[in-house]
Amino acid sequence: MTKPVNPRGTPIKEAEAVGIEFPVVGKARYNYTTGEALGVFLAGLKQGRILGTVCKRCGRVFVPPRMYCSYCFRPVDGWVEARDEGVVVTAVASYIEATRARAEKARVVGVIKLEVPGYKFDDHFFPGIMHYICVDDEAVKSMGIFGMRVRARWRPVEQRVGSITDIECFEPAGP
Amino acid sequence: MSRNINFKHRVAVVGAGMTLFRRRLLETPQELAWLAAKQALEEAGLALKDIDCVVIGSAPDAFDGVHMKGEYLADGAGGWHKPVVRVYVGGATGVFTPIAGWWHVASGLCRKALVVAEEKMSHAAKPHPQYVFRYIWDPIVEKPLNPNLIWIFAMEMHRYMYKCGVKKEDIALVSVKNKRNACGHPSAQLCDPNITVDDVLKSEVLVWPVQRLDVSPVSDGAAALVLADEAEARRITDTPVWIKGIGFTLDTTHWTNRDLAYPEYVRRAAEMAYRMAGIDNPRKQIDVAEPYDPFDYKELHHMEGLGLAKKCEAPILTREGVTQRDGDLPINPSGGLLGVGNPIAAAGLMKVAEIFWQLRGEAGARQVKKPVYTGLAQAWGDLMQAGTVIVLGI
Amino acid sequence: MTKVAIVGLGWSGFSPEVVDMSFREMMFKAAQRAYEDAGGLDPRRDVDAFISCQEDFWEGISIADEFAPDPIGGAMKSVYTVAGDSLQCVGQAYAMIKSGLFDVVVVESHGKPSDMLTLHDVMSMALDPISLRPLGLANIHALAALEARAYMAKYGVGPQHLAEVVEKAHRAGLRNPRASYAGRLNAGDYELSPVVVDPLREADIAKFVDAAVVVVLASEAAARDLSDTPVWVEGVGWRTETSTLELHDWAFPLHARMAAEDAYRQAKIADPAKEVGFAEVDNRYSFKELQHIEALGLAPRGSAAEMLLEEPSTQAAACPSTSAAARWPRGSPSKSTASPD
Repeated sequence: MTKPVNPRGTPIKEAEAVGIEFPVVGKARYNYTTGEALGVFLAGLKQGRILGTVCKRCGRVFVPPRMYCSYCFRPVDGWVEARDEGVVVTAVASYIEATRARAEKARVVGVIKLEVPGYKFDDHFFPGIMHYICVDDEAVKSMGIFGMRVRARWRPVEQRVGSITDIECFEPAGP
Repeated sequence: MSRNINFKHRVAVVGAGMTLFRRRLLETPQELAWLAAKQALEEAGLALKDIDCVVIGSAPDAFDGVHMKGEYLADGAGGWHKPVVRVYVGGATGVFTPIAGWWHVASGLCRKALVVAEEKMSHAAKPHPQYVFRYIWDPIVEKPLNPNLIWIFAMEMHRYMYKCGVKKEDIALVSVKNKRNACGHPSAQLCDPNITVDDVLKSEVLVWPVQRLDVSPVSDGAAALVLADEAEARRITDTPVWIKGIGFTLDTTHWTNRDLAYPEYVRRAAEMAYRMAGIDNPRKQIDVAEPYDPFDYKELHHMEGLGLAKKCEAPILTREGVTQRDGDLPINPSGGLLGVGNPIAAAGLMKVAEIFWQLRGEAGARQVKKPVYTGLAQAWGDLMQAGTVIVLGI
Repeated sequence: MTKVAIVGLGWSGFSPEVVDMSFREMMFKAAQRAYEDAGGLDPRRDVDAFISCQEDFWEGISIADEFAPDPIGGAMKSVYTVAGDSLQCVGQAYAMIKSGLFDVVVVESHGKPSDMLTLHDVMSMALDPISLRPLGLANIHALAALEARAYMAKYGVGPQHLAEVVEKAHRAGLRNPRASYAGRLNAGDYELSPVVVDPLREADIAKFVDAAVVVVLASEAAARDLSDTPVWVEGVGWRTETSTLELHDWAFPLHARMAAEDAYRQAKIADPAKEVGFAEVDNRYSFKELQHIEALGLAPRGSAAEMLLEEPSTQAAACPSTSAAARWPRGSPSKSTASPD
């Protein structure tokens, strides 16, 4: 005897799915409060600056910023400006859209470990953000993208709205 | 945290049940919950009136398309007029649900508890469940980039490959093993006795390095367990399976700030469970394990987090056949999420049910070759931050 | 088996719209207060587990527990979510500590309804997708109104009684610094409030606020270490009546009655009307306060309304309910504080 014995359920094809549909995307909409930390962060992006917060007790720098240190459980001690430059710690090439439809062309996206003058970071904890990387997908497949130095490509000032998309992407910065 | 491992009420699993796992099932979420709960009760020889409380696990509400899904599921899960609670930790919910069930019984509040996990992704998550996952991202700094769910996991997989020097061929072996194992599972959605590494490597590229056969499918399904305190368990069955250890950990939300190559959160959760279970050498003391495998690399990643393999060693053990059903350390003999299917919370609970059946010698076609006394199930979730671990033993 | 105590409490917000803090920042502020209240405990060292009480659609985030750990000191520690209100979380914390595995458990809950743009649509999504949602209720309060009618008809409760509940709660709120909607209502004010769904007027329905609350619970030994004045949890209960709205008791909250019986049994309370000194009951709708007083056994069925009129000064009554003005003048954060359901 193999458990589970005769598991039940009635498989159907998509066409047979009788029709009460209740899609959720779009029905539930929100206006998220950015709050203190991310509010300043977004305002910084509009000025072409990447801002983070710092906890002086443990020396961690938080980008994206928060007003509290997750590790010491205390308010952070202030703001620091990260360079808009860093190295790629991981990256992938997406051939699908958010909807799962095939994308027209591959889009490379990854995590960039940012540099902050006066601070050093190891691989275990670092200021880092996810963003598009303007390189060919071959750089991902060859793994050459790991450790690549990249720099933010900012949108023109007049197009910036105070969003993470004020950075178009990160692009190779050269050695 | 108390180091007292002599709990007043030992807690046993005394019955398990589950539905078929399929891409689309006709049944409503409530009906799926009911089918699984009923089978678990029947296996324990109990009726609903015997149950003191109900613990429901279900991951995002958006999948079923029902706000306050716990309240909605209660009727199907046997919660009528009973204490009912719904717990969740994203994908790690399925293993977490019996963990919460454990303290319902260990506290003495309930003597017999029904633990039910359900997910139905086919009817509300349009145009594709991956799209509904857009709500899991940080709404301010991530969602504007229009991400697909698979991005983050591909990033973790690629970082693991880079750090450990793992090849896709080695990772694909996991998918092959699990989809073949699934052929012994009556509920399985994706049994494929002839699948090869080549098939995986030739499947559609979604987000490099993730291809279609690296990923578990979209599924509808439910699973259930009956838990009982020691006195009740002895009355119900001659072969109770004891919950020996529980552990759960949630890492920081900010996944872009940490190394993704090693699942520290799983290690912490496992340590908590091992301490409670008195396990100091998991590689020797765990006889069979069901680590969470929504992606093939995740099985390897989690084996390392669980201490069942050293860092970067899991691909080698896999290549050497150690993790096969007849191997020295059978991993995912059920077929896992890659083979049986992935109705999120229900898939995690399916893993606990598998360990229960394996330890009782009731897995039939899937029974592992070596004798097994202690087993483990683990799940993972959220923004690559949640680890839940349960150790069962006879 | 250990006793369980509450040793600390903190809050933030409690205003109709907290514009300058995100929900995470509100959680942090509430947690800081709670830990200070609990003898300055360090959550990174002293807390075994954290529970966040939330529902995805209230948050607008799927798998909302992702955002739970950092603001409350729980990163890389044991954290999980209960999809329910904070009282249900307190019940879970109680069970966790009773089990003997956990000594200190933190319960966090918050609501930021001001972030929600489609509140009505979201609430409608809680209805059965097949039998109820297609009806497209124009106003979700219609369901509560149906209950109110059933209750009022069965027990002879009139609008004057609801007016009294409303007036009492607003008045009690004047003594509570967190009560955004406190005020002194005149006799005629209630009648001037527009009808939302008969018999419910705007004044009968609790308004929302943004708020976060953090509670610290501890085992007996830990509680003695942390606090000179622990408050013992003598009993907890939570019950679900049924998911099927059509089949539930429209006139009487059976779920609250059953939950109360569980809690009283643990607390060894035989006659709650005599033994319970005061109560904070869920009054998100005015009639709910009356219903809940009865369900909790603090008054015989159908008699809460008359009791209210007879003893207008709740502070002097034998068993003042909502003495600190629970849900109502303080508003109704979609999650914080509610009765067991």
